[in-house]
Amino acid sequence: MPQISVRHLAKAFRVTERSPGFWGTLRGLASRTTRTVRALDDVSFDLEHGELVGYIGPNGAGKSTTVKIMAGILVPDRGECVVNGRIPWKERAAHVAEIGVVFGQRTQLWWDLPVIESFELLRDIYRIPSTAYVRRRDELIAILRLEDLLDVPVRQLSLGQRMRCDLAAALLHAPTLLFLDEPTIGLDAPSKLSVREFIRRLNREQGVTVILTTHDMDDMEALCSRVMVIARGKLLSDGRLSDLRSRFGRERWLTIDLLNPDEPVRVEDFQARLVLRDGGRVRLAFDPDRVRPEQLIAALTARHAVNDLFVEHPPIEEIIAQIYQREGIAP
Amino acid sequence: MSPYLALLRARFRLLLHYRAAALAGIATQIGFGLILTSAFAAFYGSDQVSRQMLPLSLPNLMTYLWLGQALLGLLPWRMDGEVKAMVTSGGLAYELLRPVDLYGLWFSRAIALRTAPVLLRAIPLLILAGWLFGLSLPPSIEAAGLWTVGLAGAVALSAACTVLMSISLLWTLSGEGVQFAMPAFASFFSGHLLPLALFPDWAGRMIALLPFRGLMDTPHRLWIGTLEGAEAWGAIAHQWVWVALLVVVGRFLLSRGLTRVVIQGG
Amino acid sequence: MPPRNPARQTKPVSHSDVGAFRLYVRYVAISWRAQLQYRASFLLQCLGTGMITAGEFLVIVALFGRFKTLDGWTLPEICVFYGTVNLAWSIAEALARGFDDFGSLVKSGDFDRILLRPRSTVLQVLGREFTLRRVGRFALGVMVLTWGWTDLELGWDGARLLLVGFAVAGGVALFIGLLVLQATLAFWTVESLEVMNILTYGGVTTTQYPITIYPSRLRHFFTAVIPLACVAYFPIVAVLGHPDPLGTAVVWQCLSPTVGFLFFGLSLLVWRMGVRHYSSTGS
Repeated sequence: MPQISVRHLAKAFRVTERSPGFWGTLRGLASRTTRTVRALDDVSFDLEHGELVGYIGPNGAGKSTTVKIMAGILVPDRGECVVNGRIPWKERAAHVAEIGVVFGQRTQLWWDLPVIESFELLRDIYRIPSTAYVRRRDELIAILRLEDLLDVPVRQLSLGQRMRCDLAAALLHAPTLLFLDEPTIGLDAPSKLSVREFIRRLNREQGVTVILTTHDMDDMEALCSRVMVIARGKLLSDGRLSDLRSRFGRERWLTIDLLNPDEPVRVEDFQARLVLRDGGRVRLAFDPDRVRPEQLIAALTARHAVNDLFVEHPPIEEIIAQIYQREGIAP
Repeated sequence: MSPYLALLRARFRLLLHYRAAALAGIATQIGFGLILTSAFAAFYGSDQVSRQMLPLSLPNLMTYLWLGQALLGLLPWRMDGEVKAMVTSGGLAYELLRPVDLYGLWFSRAIALRTAPVLLRAIPLLILAGWLFGLSLPPSIEAAGLWTVGLAGAVALSAACTVLMSISLLWTLSGEGVQFAMPAFASFFSGHLLPLALFPDWAGRMIALLPFRGLMDTPHRLWIGTLEGAEAWGAIAHQWVWVALLVVVGRFLLSRGLTRVVIQGG
Repeated sequence: MPPRNPARQTKPVSHSDVGAFRLYVRYVAISWRAQLQYRASFLLQCLGTGMITAGEFLVIVALFGRFKTLDGWTLPEICVFYGTVNLAWSIAEALARGFDDFGSLVKSGDFDRILLRPRSTVLQVLGREFTLRRVGRFALGVMVLTWGWTDLELGWDGARLLLVGFAVAGGVALFIGLLVLQATLAFWTVESLEVMNILTYGGVTTTQYPITIYPSRLRHFFTAVIPLACVAYFPIVAVLGHPDPLGTAVVWQCLSPTVGFLFFGLSLLVWRMGVRHYSSTGS
């Protein structure tokens, strides 16, 4: 049985619209217009134990609505959702005792308390038996390297330190399912790497199922074997990252640096599409099934003096942008 | 448009957004007004002898109390939240870079902060109280005119107090000392809790020296017409003497405070 | 692949299960420590609110200075009403600060975090803060009540003390109920919560005097709709041994604080409706 099973989930919200400007504000005093937004529109998927899934989409696409429903704090209008054999919002307390949630922008730790005391309070809140608590805590402290942070009040931690502590806090009660919402947002490069490394180990070694919503495509490439793309409340794509690539990203990029930065390049002669032109740097997108890379390079170098060149996969952002573009959505 | 005027406009627009808050405020003030006026009326009704000798008749007292509810927002209850955020976050440096006088800027912000919510609440409240709850109109055109003059003084006085609270932030950062003392003094000594005429006479005379009566007691009494002629102009002069004094002190403290902040690199 | 899960394997151990009360005590300890961390600010706030409360009481003293009597009631009698109501309100305000300030929790989205924890929402919201900053009102309530009590020579009468205690307890329950209702409103709007001040602060202001002094509509409102008279006026009339001008029986006067607890229970039901509404709108 899958750990999470979502069927035909739908949710709509009413939002109030405000007219801009001074007179609009005055008019707003008299009347208000509301409009209905479909945050989720018939979304279905399954998640197996031990999966590490990326969930991406533009802001307001329905990501957090889905996560809130799976976490048991939002009730959908229609559809089914079963997590760990339960309907999340019907048995909130039992359900949330088995999941962990980390919001990258908000901490769940107590602002004025030293980190270790937040942990102890969470032990009491989650009713964790003391032996299990001590074992789990020490394990997390060791993996996340928290020894020096334990006595520091949370408000004095850097963003990266706080995120590491928040990850530990969300895992003290040994949840089998972890929701991560933008866990690397605002972090410096080393912190990002260590957070990613931790998530990977958690998933591989402990078998924790992880659902990761993020705007950071590097997170996605580094961690997720499966990616779900959502926009306007609909699931646009759900599959392995490599499938996503082969469906939408068959193109390759060829980047060349011209010797003469002002030299014009007639792209249409090479069965390619211009992606970028910045001085001497020219980036072309081409389909390897229609024109082979060595042919393209030969044709180019025959006509232009080239300093340097390389071929690469377009980054995942580009693929997502293409999906959005195909669906007519501004990312 | 001068930067001060532009700022006033922007703040008004922002404050107008809070229509639900304004409606809630009106309802709240009416509720409190009803409770207060009932309690005071009970005192007036229980002792006919003392009542004859009172400096404030019952109808005048009702008008006084309802004016207090309508103009409640005029009291310097709290400091300007945005100025506070700016000082505590260290954003003051940007403010200093602008080519405007900081005291003037804070003062015009304070005027908007005090008057915008009052405008939204006071006019409907005065109409309702006049229609239903026994607030009487000023007895003469002259009294009404004097009231508007007194109201202007009250606004300026309140703004000067608000800026003084903001300035205290330069010393304490959280600004809490002044922030908590100011509403206590202002509501007690302005006559908002108890009309100054009903204080024991010796206390009333002393409280009248303080600036706070200019916030409430002076405009209220101008409205009901118990302050007339030379006495009225004396009370208005009292308001403006205090405004001038508070502005001078405020400017002095602000320049001292800023040097402090600059030296500390805060 | 079954998750390796140390905590779950040893789960059914009951002795380390932290019950609701112990958890609440831990919350309170944390809240107190946090408040005392900023000692100067804490003291100033206590002083500020203390001054405002003292000012309010001085108004009553000044009015009695002018008028000698309030509809047949004397200042020491008023002091017993005043002390009881303010004691109850100050305790309720301290305990339920987390509800009083609930709008900010909804606005910031942090209520989600409370729903994400496997504990009762009421317990967690109560646990947010046990504020000590209103200690001024509490102290003044005790002093005023004591002064009125001694001046009236009510003495160490067990039944009287018990009834005052019962009135205060019922009052605490009722005021917390009001704060819970106010918080529940925040699930629908966070902008107009100020209205509830009529019931809380307004209720305190009203019932610190005997309700006989008011016009009947106001009296009925604070008896039947918001039953503050049941935790203030009725029991205190019995405590004072004063014949009730409203003509109620002594049995009713002694039992009426029960209404405060009923009101609190009712507010919890409404709260549950509010939480359900929140989970269906997510806003």
